Amino acid sequence: MVDAADALRDAQSRFEQRLTRDERVEPKDWMPDGYRRTLIRQISQHAHSEVIGMQPEGSWITRAPSLERKLILLAKVQDEGGHGLYLYGAAETLGASRDDMIDALHEGRAKYSSIFNYPALTWADIGAIGWLVDSAAIVNQIPLQRCSYGPYARAMVRICKEESFHQRQGYDIMLTLARGTAAQKAMAQDALNRWWWPTLMMFGPPDAESDHNSESFAWKIKRYGNDELRQKFIDQAVPQAEVLDLTIPDPELAWDEASGHYRIGPIDWDEFRRVVAGDGPCNRQRLAHHRRVREDGAWVREAVEAHADKTRARGLRARVGTGSR
Amino acid sequence: MSLLAAVVGLGDDALVLGQRLSAWCGKSPWLEEDLAMANTALDFLGRARLLYGYAEQLGGCDEDAYAFQRDARAFTNLLIYELPCADFALACARQLLVDAFDVLHLEKLCDSADANLAGIAAKAHKEARYHRRRSAAWLVRLGDGTAESHCRMQKAMEDVWGYHAELFAPVEAEIGLVEKGVLPDRAALRPQWLAAVSATLDEATLELPSADWQVDGGRRGLHTEHLAPMLAEMQHLHRSHPGARW
Amino acid sequence: MPLFEVFVRPRRGLQHQHAGSLRAEDAELALQYAREIYTRRREGVSLWVVRSSDITASQEDDAPMFFDPADGKPYRDATFYELPSKVRGL
Repeated sequence: MVDAADALRDAQSRFEQRLTRDERVEPKDWMPDGYRRTLIRQISQHAHSEVIGMQPEGSWITRAPSLERKLILLAKVQDEGGHGLYLYGAAETLGASRDDMIDALHEGRAKYSSIFNYPALTWADIGAIGWLVDSAAIVNQIPLQRCSYGPYARAMVRICKEESFHQRQGYDIMLTLARGTAAQKAMAQDALNRWWWPTLMMFGPPDAESDHNSESFAWKIKRYGNDELRQKFIDQAVPQAEVLDLTIPDPELAWDEASGHYRIGPIDWDEFRRVVAGDGPCNRQRLAHHRRVREDGAWVREAVEAHADKTRARGLRARVGTGSR
Repeated sequence: MSLLAAVVGLGDDALVLGQRLSAWCGKSPWLEEDLAMANTALDFLGRARLLYGYAEQLGGCDEDAYAFQRDARAFTNLLIYELPCADFALACARQLLVDAFDVLHLEKLCDSADANLAGIAAKAHKEARYHRRRSAAWLVRLGDGTAESHCRMQKAMEDVWGYHAELFAPVEAEIGLVEKGVLPDRAALRPQWLAAVSATLDEATLELPSADWQVDGGRRGLHTEHLAPMLAEMQHLHRSHPGARW
Repeated sequence: MPLFEVFVRPRRGLQHQHAGSLRAEDAELALQYAREIYTRRREGVSLWVVRSSDITASQEDDAPMFFDPADGKPYRDATFYELPSKVRGL
């Protein structure tokens, strides 16, 4: 017993030293249960967000107004699926299985970013999502590239690299609309009006009210507070809106010379809590779609399993060439 | 048939299938397959743009005018490409038939007397070889999977089979271009195609459907009832803002 | 569906590197998915996929006995050996 307790103390101190030295924690390393749980929760929530996030934009692939936009949007939504995969993969290194994570999503035990519970009503929403939502996501994700958990940090490096195209194509759509016909410009303004505040909510409640935060900081999963990241996003988005000649829907928005930051009006946190709790415009629709797709594919899943079993039983080697270096 | 019309017809084939496949992103059986479907759709949509781009050089209109400003009767794609495929088995069945055709057709088109077509074909042929590898593997998995998947695949194959004949039936006006070595002789590709498809069906434990029905008319603008609703969805936004840039 | 690990050779002349994982029922599907997922932006010229369960990995507890002993062997490095300053070509 003493040996086991000693070993645990050693492992714990190795873990803490690693964090102090800013080394990465890797899958086979000992880690506290809380660290593992927090990561699984955060990474799976992040993965679900990517996958659920395919829905609002995905619905516009078949309706994109030019062939070039269609290709770009399809490639972008496909990337989001890829990001979901990188993240599910990172979570699986912690012992969570993707099926379990998806069950948790369907049963409401796991959440996804509440931004995707808002509808994409017009083509300009595709611009606004790329510009605002993806920019906000990047602001959130850049520090995660240095997260203490290696597989998560590496997934974020890959994701951030790919996301910069997402953000730019969104801004490019907004720019084209804002410089287009009066109807197009109105469409762009309307999209900004609807997406601005929900985007600010993506950074989470003010630090003073946020749960889970202190441990996440100690574990070097999180490195900046919600308010700080939100401010960073606002400071970069406001001048971008000016270039578009669109108006941010906040009468209290003002430049504060003293702090060197933009000040905004109050965020409607009641709305945020309502949407997170499941009462947003699209919560039910998003989950129902995700469930339906899984059910529709059940026969395919069963078929590939059965086929693999048959192939094994026949003693046939898989057709892939046996590669050597 | 002019070269322009032939190029637009091939462009329409690629666009209409690309549009169908693009609708799968986010709806396929699992996430990995979403990415695979999207890659296939991107290949076909990219091919459509190359072909429309060439059509514009030949004196036609620009790619978006082809895609978004024509009614169904003006589209000249073959019917097999426009069939809806909200069912995964149908999507796989159609894909195998067109991929097997593409590999043979594009290989010949690489040798076209028209250098532009030959160049487009060279790029597309590589894509097609990968597509066929994928669709053949899917057919085998589903045909030789569970009893349910076997039934679904057999039925899907029967449902698309009657549309394959059109792949090998050049419209009369196309024959001049075949004689000039610009277009491959479609009819001549059929034996090889049938052998390849039969072999895959065989491996998939599926029956070759009886060929007692066939529908055609796509190159003459005589489509199934499925095309117009697809175009309505695809074109609505573009057409709602005449003259706008996107 | 089983988990596979994906290794990508980024360019000819470089070794395969671990890129991530995916789920697929068989190796052929895994190879195709590896192509779709990990080489969308010309990231590779060759792929390996291997079932995750087929990988035998050293454990954290193994690390001290596996890797620390290499520490005490400075004589394996060229810099261990001092040479007269006139010597060239070594």
